[in-house]
Amino acid sequence: METLELKEQTITAPATQSISGSKAVLEAFIAEGVDTIFGYPGGAIMPIYDALYDYHDQLKHVLVRHEQGGIHAGQGYARSSGKVGVVFATSGPGATNLVTGLADAMIDSTPLVCVTGQVFAHLLGTDAFQEVDVVNITTPVTKWNYQITDANEIPHILAKAFFIAKSGRPGPVLIDISKNAQLQTFEYKGYQKCEHIRSYRPKPIIRKSYIEKAAELINSAQKPFILFGQGIILGRAENEFKNFIEKTGIPAAWTLLGLSALPTDHPQNVGMLGMHGNYGPNVLTNECDVLIAIGMRFDDRVTGRLDKYAKQAKVIHLDIDPAEIDKNVKTTVPVWGDCKETLPLLTELVTAKKHTEWLNKFNEYKQKELDVVIHNELNPTTEQMTMGEVIKILNQNTNGDAIIVTDVGQHQMVASRYAKFNQSKSNITSGGAGTMGFALPAAIGAKFGAPSRTVVAIIGDGGVQMTIQELGTIMQTEINVKILILNNEFLGMVRQWQQLFHDKRYSFVDIQSPNYVMVANAYGIAAQKVTSRNQLADAITTMLQHEGSYLLEVMVGKENNVFPMVPQGCSVSEIRLS
Amino acid sequence: MKQEYTITVYTENQVGLLNRIAIIFSRRKINIESLNTSPSEAEGIHRFTIVINETEDVVRKLCRQIEKQVEVLKAYYNTNEEIIWQELALYKVPTDVITEKVKVERLLREFGARAVVIRKDYTIFETTGHREETEGLINALAPYDLIEFVRSARVAIIKASNGFHEKLKEFEAYEPAEELAENAFLNNQAEVFSM
Repeated sequence: METLELKEQTITAPATQSISGSKAVLEAFIAEGVDTIFGYPGGAIMPIYDALYDYHDQLKHVLVRHEQGGIHAGQGYARSSGKVGVVFATSGPGATNLVTGLADAMIDSTPLVCVTGQVFAHLLGTDAFQEVDVVNITTPVTKWNYQITDANEIPHILAKAFFIAKSGRPGPVLIDISKNAQLQTFEYKGYQKCEHIRSYRPKPIIRKSYIEKAAELINSAQKPFILFGQGIILGRAENEFKNFIEKTGIPAAWTLLGLSALPTDHPQNVGMLGMHGNYGPNVLTNECDVLIAIGMRFDDRVTGRLDKYAKQAKVIHLDIDPAEIDKNVKTTVPVWGDCKETLPLLTELVTAKKHTEWLNKFNEYKQKELDVVIHNELNPTTEQMTMGEVIKILNQNTNGDAIIVTDVGQHQMVASRYAKFNQSKSNITSGGAGTMGFALPAAIGAKFGAPSRTVVAIIGDGGVQMTIQELGTIMQTEINVKILILNNEFLGMVRQWQQLFHDKRYSFVDIQSPNYVMVANAYGIAAQKVTSRNQLADAITTMLQHEGSYLLEVMVGKENNVFPMVPQGCSVSEIRLS
Repeated sequence: MKQEYTITVYTENQVGLLNRIAIIFSRRKINIESLNTSPSEAEGIHRFTIVINETEDVVRKLCRQIEKQVEVLKAYYNTNEEIIWQELALYKVPTDVITEKVKVERLLREFGARAVVIRKDYTIFETTGHREETEGLINALAPYDLIEFVRSARVAIIKASNGFHEKLKEFEAYEPAEELAENAFLNNQAEVFSM
């Protein structure tokens, strides 16, 4: 979206204590501890990029190949580091290219501050070149947004932006800055972080009486069951959560975004919830007597048919966002608040127990799932490889220490089901929005956010082609990202649905791929394609041991399905194993 | 059961907030019957009055979504029994017709109307009241060449409310008092905790 700005610019003569709006933006970033910006320049944001020229030793700028890649990288950065992701884009198409990422960050509660350039304030509403009403376009997909037309607003609006993005239930914030405000010099009084906005309560007040009621329910429960989501990770409450489940002895299952909050091999970790989750957690949701939901929002992919969801159970819901309580599932006891604070209070009041018999029930279901599904997926006898066996070998190499970034589709479900995780902030995926094309740029961002960790992007042959241009970003930044393409020569998840629910009428799911090895090589990235099982283990080792980025394409069975599956419109207890 | 609810929202006065609130309804394909913005009793605080026809469950969820917006301080919802409300209507009719055919005096008395402007060519009446009342005058004037009619959005006062001054102080405090987060669970604890 680069444009030449030939217009004569009205810049007030710089006074001694004055700075430009652009500089104030960057000063704000430094005060907020920002170290990396993902962005793409263009006409309306050129003054900020000009100021950035003098800040290159303090602020790293990653030039992406498309603004969507920029914002997904920002998301990956935020998710792996726990910090706020920062993104730059210019006005018009630059800003509209952020929309998918904003929607994704909004529904997955990812803290972002996006700064977009805007045309001169006097041109607003005149259909000026690259003018788009970005504030109104992004209103439904931002936690907060604001248009700045006067540089004097920049310090405190940016302070508000960072505060809003990271506090409470995090989310994306977009600040649109008109070009005149970027150029304008003003009396800079320094930067003050925002700690309070009177109309905004990031954390609801914790009510002891609710916690007492919740503890009472938990203590009297015979078959309690914990569902946990990303709230644990966002609240940095992994230890508090572990203490809670270990004291109560309650089995715990995770949502797609809750994955990695609890180590995969923890004895009380009974697996994944939802449409392609594990057998036991789904079936037993409809058998438990007390359901304890922590930092999750009862997404329809988790609950299946709502009117047949856990109707027998009393529900305790811990969440920081009051709007989530009762939104989808009627709560018996709501525990509002940050789970980092509420969980220890609850842990104190619950009696130590071991629900051995109840936990065994999960194991019985697990055994059945192992026999019918998992064993064949991980140790196939077919000639064609399965996605599951690729993940199994990946696990053997990473030992669960890598950050796994997944895209959307079959590979995402298989990777989530089988990948091993030892530590939090290790699973990065597009959950609520289901954005294909997320993984490649998010993996780049994740590596910048956690440079010491191995980052493996697992992507399908459909998703990788949506944002494949970001190979250019990898090339230029020389960042070390492992790209594992699981190629089934289909848009697999849609094909699976067409097979199961549309009489195998495969409508436009047959997708061709380029020669990924050649594409990667063209970008200077080492690559390999694997078509048979006996090459697989070596290839994965080579990928992980390679210095720098590496692309590995693995050809897997064309018409393999992901099971178990809760068909749409069915109850979680009607989960199918085949 | 769907019924008329009046939602009262206390907000900061900020560009774009109307859109942020309006799309909470339109996203769920809920029609807004009437929407009014005005200053409130507290300085610098704006007040939205929104009327919709919905079930209580939906209205409660809408209020939570509205309250979640950064610049919203508080959203209340009330049934018609819990509020005092008025709408204002203006009617333009040809002066000669009404002086000839209608007894103006009777109109004014019967509908509590007020003549705002009387000119040779037209007269403008104003009336305030509930929907039925303002509609009553339309029906009465319709046969007499009603030229123009307009009705304002509903404005409403919550009977049980003590205003926003005290609340605002709590909002401004860093650590708010407990009362701020008043909610269904607190008010109806006995019913909620039916264990």
